[in-house]
Amino acid sequence: MPRAMINVPQSVPRGTVFEIKTLVSHPMETGFRPDESGRLRPRDIIHTFVCTYNGEEVFRAELFPALAANPFLSFTAVATESGALAFHWTDDHGATHTETARITVT
Amino acid sequence: MTELTRRSLLAAGTALLLVRPAHATPQAMAEAIRAFAGGAAKAQPGRVTLDLPALVENGNSAPLTVAVDSPMTPDSFVRRIAVFNEKNPQPNVAVFHLTPRSGRAVVSTRMRLADSQTIVAVAELSDGTFWSASAEVIVTLAACLEG
Repeated sequence: MPRAMINVPQSVPRGTVFEIKTLVSHPMETGFRPDESGRLRPRDIIHTFVCTYNGEEVFRAELFPALAANPFLSFTAVATESGALAFHWTDDHGATHTETARITVT
Repeated sequence: MTELTRRSLLAAGTALLLVRPAHATPQAMAEAIRAFAGGAAKAQPGRVTLDLPALVENGNSAPLTVAVDSPMTPDSFVRRIAVFNEKNPQPNVAVFHLTPRSGRAVVSTRMRLADSQTIVAVAELSDGTFWSASAEVIVTLAACLEG
């Protein structure tokens, strides 16, 4: 299972914009690199990242092999109500990794 | 027993050159941008800021930030931001989908750079216009795409 790190402020005043930082461990194999025998290693990248805020999508990213290994993404959201932020990463094997973070809106 | 002749070596070298992946070109990038912009609209320079170090030491991981000047209200917001490159094997880097709930149109990530090249960011606004910005970047150690 990949390891993910999420950085979300614990509590935010209502209506303000806060920053979300995510980092997930993944080789992001491009599909353009040969292995020792000269054959190309099959592509294996995280192609989709979705962030939902209390079930509603606030950010989505389509990623390509040009993204660095262990993809880092930072983006923002408006603090509307207390609840859960969910993060989903999906890779070429169809495996999805999900993390959640709680946020308190004051 | 196989004889290692000059001819066979040359043939092997040619074969190796042929299996190397074709690198994206400025034309491929222009095509990818057209595909993103739906062909009709033309991305005009402005409103987008693409922040990338001018000199990158490690092409395996170069930080980049795209910001778009937009109020991010339900009436006027940034729908999508796409990043393109000229000289990696493929012209696409990433496409970000934003909503008015994003609050600000600022996204950061890290990308691979196979060579010194121009990076372009294109933003699609909710009114259907496209805006772009580009940045030149020089790479000391290119991303290891071939081994």
